[in-house]
Amino acid sequence: MNVGQTIINGLALGALYALVAVGLALVFGVLRLINFAQGELITAGAYTLSLTTNWPVIAQILLCFVVCIGLSVAIERIAFRPLRGAAPATTLVATFAVAFALEAVWLIAFGANGRPAGPLSTLNTIAIRGSLNLRWITIVEIAAGLVLLGGTALILNRTSIGLQMRAAATDFRTARLLGVRTNLVISFAFVIAGVMAAVVALLYTVQTPLVTQTFGLDITIIALVGAVVGGLDRLWTATAGGFAIGFATSVLGDVLPASQEKFLTAFVFLLVILLLLLRPGGLFTGFGRTTVERV
Amino acid sequence: MPEPALEVEALEVRYGAVPALRGATLSIEKGEIVGLVGPNGAGKSTLLHAIMGALPIAAGSVRFEGRPLAGIPTERIVRQGLALVPEGRHIFPDLTVDENLRLGLVGRGSTDGIAEDLERVRTLFPVVHEFRGRQAGLLSGGQQQQLAIARALVSKPRLLLLDEPSLGLAPSVVETVWNTLGEIRSTGVTILLVEQRAQITVGFADRTYVLGDGRVKMELGPQDADDTERMVEAYFGS
Repeated sequence: MNVGQTIINGLALGALYALVAVGLALVFGVLRLINFAQGELITAGAYTLSLTTNWPVIAQILLCFVVCIGLSVAIERIAFRPLRGAAPATTLVATFAVAFALEAVWLIAFGANGRPAGPLSTLNTIAIRGSLNLRWITIVEIAAGLVLLGGTALILNRTSIGLQMRAAATDFRTARLLGVRTNLVISFAFVIAGVMAAVVALLYTVQTPLVTQTFGLDITIIALVGAVVGGLDRLWTATAGGFAIGFATSVLGDVLPASQEKFLTAFVFLLVILLLLLRPGGLFTGFGRTTVERV
Repeated sequence: MPEPALEVEALEVRYGAVPALRGATLSIEKGEIVGLVGPNGAGKSTLLHAIMGALPIAAGSVRFEGRPLAGIPTERIVRQGLALVPEGRHIFPDLTVDENLRLGLVGRGSTDGIAEDLERVRTLFPVVHEFRGRQAGLLSGGQQQQLAIARALVSKPRLLLLDEPSLGLAPSVVETVWNTLGEIRSTGVTILLVEQRAQITVGFADRTYVLGDGRVKMELGPQDADDTERMVEAYFGS
């Protein structure tokens, strides 16, 4: 085993999971809702790529973004907006319903055997050969992770809509009293979640080119666990948690002997249980936070 | 002929089956500072939130400069020129002072004159400028209250609603806050001031309504502030 290689691979998978976690955390921030349907965006994006294999790659990529963002906004508009103000359990169940309904749609439309996709499969080649074999996809994943996370941070910290989202995530009632448009910030969170899903679909199909109806769900559940372990109430802790679980999954996958690999997920969750026992409030919570009641 | 800024007529608001306002009627003329006092649970905060569209109106009407507000969402009401400084200030503790202030800009009806308005607010509340980069949660209570008022002002309201701005503040700070209310009024902003401290409110405002049991029970003028008998009657009379 090559330690450097293991770490590089871990960084790349961690970056992908971090992107999923960002989408989950942004939506959670403004709606206090864990959006299980987010995985279906990734699946939809991946199917889009598999259905357009004879298109020019750039057109495939564009369509993937359009589908993911469009579906994300549509789900919010159709399924979640009418439930605004309903009990949290109701909306949570609604996200399950949307996820399972879409999965059924994929199954009926595309069958259970899976469809090949991977417009960027040429990235699955070695870019730098040496003591570390660095594939293009690894470099692209890490770069995409950095750019998108950096971009999200810039939007949140430097733009008015970002400021409104941060305010709404803290105290939506007061944000509305200041004139923050509820539908605008919520839709914007779903747009970003859609962008992240499109990127994940594009990059994940490089390594996992067979698209099945649970393609996105699996990634999303693991990323969600990571985000919760990190601390879902703050964007950076959720992102770090998503990254950490992706990293751990990749490293464990490398470390475990091939015969044990089917237990990979079990090992990851074992790790999660241990972490939650040690830090029940979240892996990264409690740092850099000062809550002081003032009179 | 005085022009009404706000007219509330026979307003009823319920929390589920529990009535909080049972036909409250009051009106405010442009340029006035009007006080609203009453015991806990009288419906003062409910009235403010109903005016802002944050609570559904069961019956009655609210008009701002002649236009009905009922049924309009909060975010649009803000853009029409109303602002509420909520009880407990509700600044965003994790955001910086300047970010809190800039959130007030979101509710502006127009983007003209932002720089001038920010400048004026910074002159009115020097702490807002002095601590602009600081996390707002680290300000003292009085500073947070000034920030909350400053934040409401940069949305350029023509009617400012304040919900117990003196709550939990040291007396000297209260005086500072109230002095600025006078300055704010002098710039042409109409003010509705909800307070627990009846006597000083009655003495300070042009007129003061006494709210009890979801209705306006009485209207007092500054001359009534020292009339203990009348104050007691306002609070405890039927």
